[in-house]
Amino acid sequence: MSILKRLSSVFIAILLIVSISGCATTASKAFESSESQVKLRSIQTRAFDTTDKKKMMQTVISTMQDLDFVIDKADLTLGSVTGTKFIGYATIVMTVTVRPRGEKQLLVRANAQYGIQSVEDPATYQDFFTSLEKSLFLTAQQVD
Amino acid sequence: MRKKFLFLKLFVVIFVCLGVIGCSSIPKGFLKPDENYLEARQLQMRQYDTTNEVQIVTAVAGLLQDLGFTLDNSETDVGFVAASRKADATNAGQVAGAILVDTLGILFGGYQNAYGKVDSVQYVKASVIVKPNLEGNKIVVRVTFQRIIWNISGQINRVESVKDPKIYQKFFDDLSKAIFLEAQKI
Repeated sequence: MSILKRLSSVFIAILLIVSISGCATTASKAFESSESQVKLRSIQTRAFDTTDKKKMMQTVISTMQDLDFVIDKADLTLGSVTGTKFIGYATIVMTVTVRPRGEKQLLVRANAQYGIQSVEDPATYQDFFTSLEKSLFLTAQQVD
Repeated sequence: MRKKFLFLKLFVVIFVCLGVIGCSSIPKGFLKPDENYLEARQLQMRQYDTTNEVQIVTAVAGLLQDLGFTLDNSETDVGFVAASRKADATNAGQVAGAILVDTLGILFGGYQNAYGKVDSVQYVKASVIVKPNLEGNKIVVRVTFQRIIWNISGQINRVESVKDPKIYQKFFDDLSKAIFLEAQKI
């Protein structure tokens, strides 16, 4: 009798777990972010006083290579560069886009993912822009 | 009654563990260059005495094909070519070691399956950037390699950037030949 009771309590527990995990819709998780859209943009974006998109892209690529990324894709029209980096078993994927801002500036936006998580830490992006500044000999300006 | 509590405790522990794993945070500072990045740059870059970017990109694409790679992506306007190939990753020493471990395991009554964890297949990715140097009188070529290694059971054993200087050295030796061949229209 006691065995039956024990078994039934285990079954109930398993059922509970299955039902909890089964009911959640996971598709919406792919569109979630913990930061507000505006804040995320300002964390990930900097403006530079140059209009040479090609040179900017090449500098972005060489900065990413300095950071141990292997470049997977690049597109001059979109101004996008995507690369992958491995740390231990973790995979980091980063896309950097370069687009004009007004007549005299370029906007550079970096977007990184660590494993299955989006990177939303301002200091991490600041590290990237610091390296980019050094290779460009230009100052990165915060965008509001 | 005590048994029931034990189960309850067990579930609580499992839930807490799952919760902790789920919230694992992203390490800081992974977008900072490590201290020997200049050495890596030295290894991965060569300059060529020409200003013909197209000729060098074409030679790079040709060389990657010579090495058995297939092209995955390219944007010649920024001098970029990406390619990859799958190759064998078995290492006789590692296989022999695994068989020894398994045999010992059988002899002493344990199941190890070290053989199932032996490196089997590797996927190597190469990405090449060709661009003018700062003075604009030479062409700089930079190549980086990454590889993913699977074991015999089909699981990923490890992922890594290739750091072996010999591999880069050979790539650039071959590239010099390819540029020569390109110039001779072969």
